[in-house]
Amino acid sequence: MSLVLDVALTHVRARARQTLVAVAGVATGVGFSIMMAALLQGSQQDFVRQLVNAMPHVAVSDERRAPPPQPAEQFYDAARIDGLKPEARRRGIKNPLATMASIESWAPGAIAPSVKVQGILRYSSRDVATSIVGIEPRREAAVSELPKQIRQGSLAALYSTTNAIILGDRLAEKIGARPGSKITVQTSDGIRLTAQVVGLFHAGVRSVDETTAYVLVKTGQILAGQTGLVNELRLRLADALAAPGTAARIERETGYKSVAWQEASEDLLNAFVIRNIIMYTVVGAILLVASFGTYNIISTITHEKARDIAIMKSLGLPERTVRRIFVLEAGIIGCFGAVLGFALGFGLCVALGSVEIRNPFTDVTHIPIAWSPLHYAMAAGVAVVSSLVAGFLPARRAARLHPVEIIRGAT
Amino acid sequence: MSATDGAPSTGTPLIAARGVTRILPGIVPTTLVHDVDLAIGENELVAITGPSGSGKSSLLYLLGLLDLPTAGEVLIRGRATAGMSEEERAHTRLATLGFVFQFHFLLPEFTVLDNVTLPMRALDALSPKAMRERGLDLLGSLGLGDHTAKRPDQLSGGQRQRVAVARALANDPPLVLADEPTGSLDSQASEQVFEILRDLVRTGGKTVVAVTHDLDIARRMDRRIALMDGAVVGDERVVVAPRRNMIIPGRTEGANPESSPG
Ligand SMILES: Nc1ncnc2c1ncn2[C@@H]1O[C@H](COP(=O)(O)OP(=O)(O)OP(=O)(O)O)[C@@H](O)[C@H]1O
Ligand SMILES: [Mg+2]
Repeated sequence: MSLVLDVALTHVRARARQTLVAVAGVATGVGFSIMMAALLQGSQQDFVRQLVNAMPHVAVSDERRAPPPQPAEQFYDAARIDGLKPEARRRGIKNPLATMASIESWAPGAIAPSVKVQGILRYSSRDVATSIVGIEPRREAAVSELPKQIRQGSLAALYSTTNAIILGDRLAEKIGARPGSKITVQTSDGIRLTAQVVGLFHAGVRSVDETTAYVLVKTGQILAGQTGLVNELRLRLADALAAPGTAARIERETGYKSVAWQEASEDLLNAFVIRNIIMYTVVGAILLVASFGTYNIISTITHEKARDIAIMKSLGLPERTVRRIFVLEAGIIGCFGAVLGFALGFGLCVALGSVEIRNPFTDVTHIPIAWSPLHYAMAAGVAVVSSLVAGFLPARRAARLHPVEIIRGAT
Repeated sequence: MSATDGAPSTGTPLIAARGVTRILPGIVPTTLVHDVDLAIGENELVAITGPSGSGKSSLLYLLGLLDLPTAGEVLIRGRATAGMSEEERAHTRLATLGFVFQFHFLLPEFTVLDNVTLPMRALDALSPKAMRERGLDLLGSLGLGDHTAKRPDQLSGGQRQRVAVARALANDPPLVLADEPTGSLDSQASEQVFEILRDLVRTGGKTVVAVTHDLDIARRMDRRIALMDGAVVGDERVVVAPRRNMIIPGRTEGANPESSPG
């Protein structure tokens, strides 16, 4: 065994209790850092997963980002038009089938058309304002979670009768409708038809479950009063992260406003950046505090061992060797702390992961925990490095100690 | 290097001080050692005497490269030490100097044997097995063969001081510096330690420089350097009529061919 290691271990072993306290400090820091990171990243991943699943990766709507230029504006460099009522465009995406085919030709993923109409559902004299979405059940399965959210009936049941409708479960509860009930649907344009409830869905988000109903595209077009209308195309991409690029290209090629999920939830994603900054700050602070423990014990040892240091230096051990002894002691504490911290962090994650959360707005869930070796490596890395730095300062001071001063003082 | 001029004996002295002065800086600077010139050759047994506070310890620290002179220089085998790096100085100390202090200064958490092998491990010139054997030999030759696995606090004062001597000899240095090695011992233990130091010179071919208050012991040394207020005030050699060449068998680990034809 090397002399440096031998002396370091002897010092550390002779102060078992203090060393344990320092190791426990580092371990606690590492353990809680791992837990924090797992928790924050886990909840974030979970949230993004829900978000990404709950919404289309790219939504192409029949709006445009800028009002269409007037002919005069196209013609002259400077034109001012007063009192003009902008030309009312015909609603809907032009040539939806051709547009879908062209997008499908280059964007890997699935695409589904829909018609959105605002209306009122009426059943046994109860009225509820509802978003009525016309979909194509066959294509819908590829772009949304809706098929999995059906609680009664099935998505395919939309084909079974004319004017079939699927309601959110809370919406059905509100108006007192059940599968088989015949309800009245009315739009602001005065179109009214009778629909038969063929199923219920539960998305797990109260605002959706309370206000959404699905019908076939064809039915939606009747309610909108415009045959062939499609006012939204929704895409689910093979790679959710490719959404912004895909959206930009669709917008360039078709001129229709295309929104990637990242753009739609920009505020949330910004909040995550802030959350991450907070997380790294807190984790860093925890580990920094833990390194104070290391600094403390190495300082104590170098003070207590001033005489031994003087002896070793008077025998002819160079500063470098003396410094190494104490830096190594700090390293030993850091490493043991990191290893114990792994166990602690793992245990905390397992314990937290088994906690159930009951929330009136959603289903019973577990606290989401992200398992990543990176968390362990990061916590251990910061812990060991900060221990070494914490050890280096007193070690350097100890190594510079003048043996004669100690020897004089002792005699 | 023109380092040999002032040497009184033949050849390059083992250790020499040239105008060595050590002043402690402060509001009132204290002169610990003042303009000391000394040359000590191979195979000498030297006592440094003087009243308390006369600078004996200070001079020894300077000779032992533990402290640096304010002016003047210390030469070891003609080699200047002032320009050495901290690391070189440490290495010189490790290889050519053995230090024995008034208090044994052993590492309390290490066994007797580990204390003795520590300088060998720092020098790293022998195999671990050879270090262990040499440590056991040294301890055995100093009458400590039964105590090698003990810790220093399990030994008597005299035994500890002998361990300190064994440690000073660990790397077989030509020069042993001792600061009141018998200062904390009773007369019997003092006598034992003195005899060991004397034998190092007589049969081991080493040079021993020992600070001592004990006039009886000083009188039995070959050379006495007297200090007063940090300056050398006396340097006398005892001429031992016909110097017997004692050869004690069994202590030949030094293997010093130069010492016999003297
Ligand atoms: N740190 C210090 N600050 C001020 N003066 C000091 C210091 N160390 C030593 N001295 C003074 O330096 C002088 C020489 O001290 P030194 O220890 O060398 O004497 P000494 O001959 O070994 O004495 P003793 O026989 O008592 O051990 C003394 O007068 C002492 O008071
Ligand atoms: Mg002294």
